Amino acid sequence: MLEQLTTHARDAEQKNKRWSYASISDHIADIVLRKNFGWRWWLLLGISSAGTLIFFGAIAYLFSVGVGIWGIDIPVAWGFAIGNFVWWIGIGHAGTFISAVLLLLRQRWRTSINRFAEAMTLFAASIAGLFPILHLGRPWFFYWLLPYPDVMNVWPQWRSPLVWDFFAISTYITVSLLFWYVGLIPDLATLRDRAHGTRAQIIYGLFALGWRGDAIHWARFEQAYLLLAGLATPLVVSVHSIVSLDFAIGNTPGYHSTIFPPYFVAGALFSGFAMVLTLAIPLRHYFHLEQFITPVHLNNAAKVLLATGAIVTYGYASEIFMAFYSDDPYERYVAINRATGPYAPVYWTMLCCNVALPQLLWFKRVRHSIATLFAISLVINIGMWLERMMIVITSLHRDFLPSAWGMFWPTRWDWIIFFGSVALFVFLFLMFIRLLPAISIFEMRQLGHAAESSQ
Amino acid sequence: MPQVFSLRRVLLIKLGSLVLLIVVAATLVVMHWQMQYPNAVGAPVRQPIPFSHKHHVGDDGIDCRYCHTSVERGSSAGLPSTQICLSCHSQLFSDANIFNPLFSSMQSNRSVVWTRVHDLPDFVYFDHSIHVAKGVACVECHGRIDQMPLTWRVASLDMQWCLDCHRAPQPHLHAANEIFAMPPPAVSNGEQLSGFYHLRSRQRLTDCSTCHR
Amino acid sequence: MNISLDRRQFIKLIAATGAIAQTACSRPPPETILPYVHMPERMLPGAPEYYATAFVQHGYAIGVLIESNMGRPIKIEGNPHHPASRGATNTFAQASILQLWDPDRSRSVRRDGIVSTWSEWLSAISSISVEAQKNRGAGLRILTGNITSPTLLAQLQQLKIQFPNLHWHTYEPLHNDNASAGATLAFGKPLDVIYRIERANVIVTLDADFLSHGPAATIYAREFAARRRPDHAAGMNRVYALECSPGLLGTVADHRIPLSPAELERAAWQLAELIEGNTINDAPNWLQQIALDLNRHRGESLIIAGPRLPPSLHALAHSLNERLNNSQHTIQYIAPVVPPQNASLQELVSAMSDGGVDTLFILNNNAVYQAPAALEFSAALKHVRCSIHAGFYVDETARQCQWHVPLAHTYEQWSDARAYDGTATIVQPLIAPLYGGTSPHEILNRLLGNESRSAYDTVRAYWRSLRSENFDAFWQSVLQRGVIADSAFPSQTVVARPVEKSRALNDASLTAIFAADPAVDDGEYSNNGWLQELPRPLSAMTWDNAALMSVATARRYNVNNGDIVELQHNGRRLQTPVWIVPGHADRAITLPLGYGRWAAGNSGNGVGFNAYALRPVDSSWFIDGIQLRKLGTRYSFALTQTQTDSADRKPVLHATLTELRAQPEFVRIDTEKNSGAGSLYPEYSYDNYKWGMTIDLSACIGCNACTIACQAENNIPVVGKNEVARGRHMHWIRVDHYFEGSKEDESAQKNPTVLYQPVPCMHCERAPCEEVCPVGATMHDSEGLNVQVYNRCVGTRFCSNNCPYKVRRFNFLQYADRERESLKAQRNPEVTVRQRGVMEKCTYCLQRITRGRIEAEKRGTPLRDGEIVTACQAVCPTQAIAFGNLNDGDSAVARAQHSSRNYTLLEELNTKPRTTYLAKISNPNASISAQLSKPEPRDA
Repeated sequence: MLEQLTTHARDAEQKNKRWSYASISDHIADIVLRKNFGWRWWLLLGISSAGTLIFFGAIAYLFSVGVGIWGIDIPVAWGFAIGNFVWWIGIGHAGTFISAVLLLLRQRWRTSINRFAEAMTLFAASIAGLFPILHLGRPWFFYWLLPYPDVMNVWPQWRSPLVWDFFAISTYITVSLLFWYVGLIPDLATLRDRAHGTRAQIIYGLFALGWRGDAIHWARFEQAYLLLAGLATPLVVSVHSIVSLDFAIGNTPGYHSTIFPPYFVAGALFSGFAMVLTLAIPLRHYFHLEQFITPVHLNNAAKVLLATGAIVTYGYASEIFMAFYSDDPYERYVAINRATGPYAPVYWTMLCCNVALPQLLWFKRVRHSIATLFAISLVINIGMWLERMMIVITSLHRDFLPSAWGMFWPTRWDWIIFFGSVALFVFLFLMFIRLLPAISIFEMRQLGHAAESSQ
Repeated sequence: MPQVFSLRRVLLIKLGSLVLLIVVAATLVVMHWQMQYPNAVGAPVRQPIPFSHKHHVGDDGIDCRYCHTSVERGSSAGLPSTQICLSCHSQLFSDANIFNPLFSSMQSNRSVVWTRVHDLPDFVYFDHSIHVAKGVACVECHGRIDQMPLTWRVASLDMQWCLDCHRAPQPHLHAANEIFAMPPPAVSNGEQLSGFYHLRSRQRLTDCSTCHR
Repeated sequence: MNISLDRRQFIKLIAATGAIAQTACSRPPPETILPYVHMPERMLPGAPEYYATAFVQHGYAIGVLIESNMGRPIKIEGNPHHPASRGATNTFAQASILQLWDPDRSRSVRRDGIVSTWSEWLSAISSISVEAQKNRGAGLRILTGNITSPTLLAQLQQLKIQFPNLHWHTYEPLHNDNASAGATLAFGKPLDVIYRIERANVIVTLDADFLSHGPAATIYAREFAARRRPDHAAGMNRVYALECSPGLLGTVADHRIPLSPAELERAAWQLAELIEGNTINDAPNWLQQIALDLNRHRGESLIIAGPRLPPSLHALAHSLNERLNNSQHTIQYIAPVVPPQNASLQELVSAMSDGGVDTLFILNNNAVYQAPAALEFSAALKHVRCSIHAGFYVDETARQCQWHVPLAHTYEQWSDARAYDGTATIVQPLIAPLYGGTSPHEILNRLLGNESRSAYDTVRAYWRSLRSENFDAFWQSVLQRGVIADSAFPSQTVVARPVEKSRALNDASLTAIFAADPAVDDGEYSNNGWLQELPRPLSAMTWDNAALMSVATARRYNVNNGDIVELQHNGRRLQTPVWIVPGHADRAITLPLGYGRWAAGNSGNGVGFNAYALRPVDSSWFIDGIQLRKLGTRYSFALTQTQTDSADRKPVLHATLTELRAQPEFVRIDTEKNSGAGSLYPEYSYDNYKWGMTIDLSACIGCNACTIACQAENNIPVVGKNEVARGRHMHWIRVDHYFEGSKEDESAQKNPTVLYQPVPCMHCERAPCEEVCPVGATMHDSEGLNVQVYNRCVGTRFCSNNCPYKVRRFNFLQYADRERESLKAQRNPEVTVRQRGVMEKCTYCLQRITRGRIEAEKRGTPLRDGEIVTACQAVCPTQAIAFGNLNDGDSAVARAQHSSRNYTLLEELNTKPRTTYLAKISNPNASISAQLSKPEPRDA
C-alpha cells in the first residue's frame, strides 16, 4: 500500500511537468467548486463542529464561574491555558516560515504547501490568541493591557513581558491574516470566474476585490506580497522569542533561563512542521494531490523536523547542563525533580516523543514512508504539547520555599477546553479546504510555466 | 456570462455595509451610556424633601459644619440627623407639608431616605477630614453649593479628576479660615499654602495606596 | 405582506436588542443615604470605637476590646489591662466575632422541635417556677458548664436557698478535675495554681502544654516567650517537655521527651527519687540530668503537671515544687476560681434514668454531644418530663430537649466573668441581640420568680451590693477599663504534704489519649469557618481531625497517613483516619475531641470523627488497652502545607545559646553569599516613613493566632475543604512548620526538631511581583509598601508565579460570600471585599496605617513608634512580631533589624524584603545528647 502510494506519487512527479494552466486550475478549483464533498468530510465536520460547540459552551461556563474550574492553584497559578497558548502559537510558526522565509529564499517547492500552511498559521494563532484571555481572572478587562487614554489615567506596566506579548500576538495575527488574504486574491478571482451559482460568484467576487489579472494588478500584487513576506519573516523569530520571555523574565527556577528564546523558536518550528505533515498527508491522499504535494515536500519537511528537533534537544541538554554548571540549588532541584519527581512520566514521555523517535528520520526509507511520517508527526505534536506543560507546571510546583510546594492536577474542564480548541482548529481547517483552494492555483501555474520553459 | 455585480447588487452591498457600521456605532454608544454615573453632572437630584443649599447656605449663611458635623473629624462629612433638621424646623415653616418626611421620621424613629449625589466606588476610600485639614475647600469638589436650589454634582468624580488635584494641589488650596467660605477668595499663594499645610510629596499623593486598599 | 405585522416585528426586534444591551452591562444603581434620627453623642460616622468586655471560654474570661464600626462589632483585640490578655488573645477569641454573626445561630424558641413563641416559653417557665416554689425544687435540676460569673453564682446560691431540693450539676468535657483532686491530695483542699513562668529558669512539664490549654495560656505564652529571647536580662530559660501527645510547648522546648502515659508516670516518680538524691539504676541519663538541673535551680525552677495526669501526679508535682522551694517564687496558690464541682454528670444521668428528674435546665451546655457516649446521656434524657435547653445553636442537645431557648451571644448581653487569677470583668453588650435571645441571668431570675428583672439590673445589683459607695463612678470605670480593680484572688501560703508513691496508669500496648482540638476546642466552635480552616499545628490539616500517632506506632500497625482504622474499647467502636505526627509518643494515639457533629450547622456538620464515642463514663483522659484494626479504606485530608522537610534550604536559621555566644553573627554565614548584589532599576528613596516588620523566631510558638487575626481584620474569605485540598487557601500570613532532620535519620523521625516560621508578604524593596504585572495592579508606594490594587487587577497571576515566597492568594472563584447578610455585616468596612479573579495578599494592614497617618497629619506631628499596630502583631501572645518605621532609628523594628540574629528569607534572590526574621535560639542542656534515649518499655 505505502509502496504503491510512493510510486504513484513519484510518476505523478514526472507527469507534473506536462500540466497546463487550465488543467492546474481545473484540478485545484474543482476541489472547491465540486458539489458533493463525500461523507468522510461531512462526518469529520460533524464531529469537529460538535467539539467546537462544546468548546464555546465550556468558555461560557468559564466566564460565568471563574478560572477556579481548572486545576490551577497556588503555587501552580498557570496551567493548561498557558501551555496550550504556547503550543498553538508554536504550531503557527511553520506556516509563516514556509510562506515567508522560503518565499524570500526562492524555495520553489514551498509553493504547493504554503497556502494551507498559512491557513494553519492563521487558525492556530487565532486559537492561541484566545487562551491568554480565557486564562485571565477577569477576562472582561483584557483590554487594560492596551495603552489607551482612559479616565483612570493609568497605562500598562511596560516592564511586564505580558504587555509585549499582547503586541506580539496581535501583530502576528494581523500580518498572518493579511499575508494569507493577499495571497488568496488571484485565486478568489479564479473561483469567481469558475463558480456556477451566482451567490458563490458574488461572495468570491466580493473578496476578490475586483481582480482582473491585469499586468498592473500582477505587478502591484508581486510587490505587496513580497513586502508582506518581508514583514512576516522577522515575526517568525520575534513572536515566539517574546512568548518565551513570559517565562525567561520570571525568577522561577526552570523559567529563568537565557536559552529560552532560540529554544522556543526552534520548538515552534518543530511542532509547526509536524502539524504541516499531519495536515498535508491526509489532504494529498484524500484529494489526490499527490501530483502537487510530492514526496519531495514531505522529505524536505522531515529534514526540517530533524534539524529543529536537534536544536530542541540541545535546548533540553543545555538546561540540564546549566542547572548543574551554575550550581544554583534551585535550578539543580528543578532539573532533578523533572526527571524523578511526581511529573517524571511527563518528562520522559516528552523526551521519547521529541528526542528519541524523531531520530528515525535520519533514514531515507522512513522519510519516504508516508504512514510512518504521519505517525511521527503526530507523536511530535503530542511531545511538544507535553513539553509546554512540563515547562509551565513542573517549574512552578516546587520553587523556592518547600512549605509552599504543591501539585497541579488537571480537571475535566482543563481537558474539555484543550480538546475543544483542537476541534475548533479542525473545524476551521475543514471549512477552509471546502471553501478555498488549499493549494495556491496561480503559484502552481507559475511553477508549471517555469517547468515548461525549463524544458 | 451575465455581469455578476449589477448596479442593484452593488447598491445593496453598499447599503448592507453601511447598516453594519451603524450597528457597531450604536452598540458603542449604548455601552458608553451604560457606564455613566447614575446622576449626570449638573443635573439636580430629586430628594424626598426638596432641600435647598441655596436657601440654607446662600441666604441664611449657615455654616457647613452645623449640619455636616463630622466633616473635620471623620472620613464621612455626616448627613444631618432628623434631630438637627428639627432643631430649627420644629419652629420654622413647621406647618409646610414638605417637612412631612421629617416629622414622620421623628415619630417612627426611621431615617429620612435621601438619594446619594456624590457616590464613589466601594474600592475608593475618601476621607473628608484630611482634605479639609489640608486646605481643600468645600467649593473645590462641591462647587457653588450656595447657589444650588437642589443639589447636583459639579465634578465627574472619576479617577482622572481626582488625580488632577493630587498631582498639583496648589491651585486648589485655601487659607484655613476660608475653607468653608462660599465662595472662598481666589488663591494666589498656593505654593506657600502647600508648605504651610505640609503637603506630602506628589509621589505620596498619587500612590495607589492613598485611595485604594 | 401587510405593514402592521412588519412594524410589530420591528418593535419586537428593538425590544429584544434593548434587553440584550441591558443584560450586557448595567449602570450602577442610584444609592441612598440613611442619616441618624438621633445622632449618638460624640459618635464619628465610619470611625471605629472600642468597648471593653470579655471573651468567655470554659467559664474563664479573657479581657478583650471589641472594635465596633457604625454599631457593628467587627474585630476582637486583647485588653492590655486584663491579666489574662495583656493585649493579646488566642485563636478562639479572634474567631468568636464570626460566631456572633454566624447565620446558623438559633433564632427562635422551639418546643418539641417546632418553632414556638417567647410568650409561650415565659408562661411555661413561670409555671415551672410556681411548681418549684411548692415542692421547694424537688426534681428540679440544672446542668451547666464551668461558671465563674459572680452574679450567676450568686443567683445559683439564691436558688439553692430558695429550693433546697434543687440539684446543680456541671460538666466540662475538657475538665480540670484531676488537678483539683491533686491539690486536695496535696493541700487538703482544692486550689488553683498560678505559675510565674517568667521567673522560672528551668521548667519541667509533665504532659502539660501550658501554651495551648488552660485559661492562662495566652499570658503564660507571653511570659514563656519573654525568657526565650537570648537578650532577656535574666537570660534564657530551659524547658524539658515530657509529653504524651505533641503540643505547642513540646515543639518549642529545649528537650522534648515523648512518653506514653504509663512511661511518663514512671519517669515522674523516678524524677522525684532523683531530686531527693537517691540513685536509680534504670533511670535514663536525660532524667538524671533534669534532676541535677532542677536541684541546681532551687527556687527558680518549676514542675508543671498537665490536666490529663492522675491526681497523684499533680500532688507529686506540688510536693516537688515544695521540695525545690519553688512555691511562692515560681508558683502561687489561690482559691479555686471555678467553685468546686457540686454534682457530676454521672450523678445526673443516674438520677434521670431513675426518673428522679422532672425538670432539667441545660444552660449553654451540649451534653448530648459532649458527654461520653458510654454514659448514654440522650437515652436518659428521654426520662425527663420537661427538659429545657438554652444555647446559641439548635444543637444536638437542643434537638433532644422539649424546650430550646436561644441565648444571646456573650457580646450581646450583660454579665460578668472571672479570669484565671480571679480578676473579674463586666461583660457588656456591643449590639442588641441579632436574633432575640435571652441570658442565663434572666432565665434564673424567672425561675426565682422575679419575672422582669433584666440581666443588666441583676449584674449591677450584684456589684452594687459589694461597692455601694459612689457606685456609678465605679461602674463607669470598670466598663471603660474592662477590669475590676483588685478583684484577683489573694495568693495563699500552703504547704504540700508529701505523697506516697502509687501507680494510677498501667502499661498497655496502645493507649488512647483524648485531647482538646487546637481548632474547635471541645466542639463548641465546630461551626466556625475561620477555625475549621485554620491549619492544625504540626499537620497543617484543615476541616478534619485524625487519630494522631508516631512513626513507629504507624509502622507497627502497618498504617499510613489517610488509612482508616477502627478503634475498639470494651465494645465501643470508632472509625477514624490516621495521621502520623513525628515526635508523638510511641504506643499511644491522640484523639482530638470536638468533631463528628450532626447538629452543629452548615460548616460543622459531619466534619471529622467523634472521639466522644470512645470516652469512658468518667470522662477520663486516657484509655489503655485499646484495639486498632486497619480497615483498608482510605481518607483524604486537606492540608495547607504538604512539604515539612526544608530540603536543606535553611528557611529557618537557628542555633543554640552557646553557639550564638561563640559566633554572634552566625546568620551571616548562610546569607552573606549574594548580599549587596546590585539592580538595574533605580533605588527608591523614602523621605517620610519606611515600613518594616521583623518576626522573632525564638518567640514564635506556632499558635496560628496571627493567621486568624489577619483573617478577621482583612475580610479574608473561607474557601472550604475542597478548595484547600486544591491548594487555594487564602490566609495572608501562614505559619510554616518544618521537621528538622532528614527522612533517613531514624531518631530525627522519632523526635524531630520543629521549626516555625510565620510568612506574611515580605514587601520586597525589589519586588519580583511588581515587575511582571502587565496592568500595574501591584505597585511600590512611597512608604515602601508593596500594594495590591484589587480594582486594577485583571488576574494574570504572573505576580504569584514570580513571588519566591508564595504569599499571594488568588480568588479562583467568588469566595467572598455575597448572599448572607449577617456575614456582610461582620466585614471590616475599611478593607475592600475582593471579587472573583483578583489577586490579594498581606498589606501590612494598610487600612490601619492610613488611619494612623491621617490622624497624625491632622494633628501635625509624625507618627510615634507603636502607634500603628498590625492585626498579627496585636494578637501575637508572645510579641514575636515587631512593626514600624525603619527610618526611625529607635523604633522597635529598626532596633530588631540591627540585631545580630536578623536575617532575610531567600536573601540570595536579592529581593531585599522589608519583613525580616530573628534567628531561633534554643538553650539545650549540653550534657543531654541530642538523641534522647527513651526508657525501654518493659513488655518490648
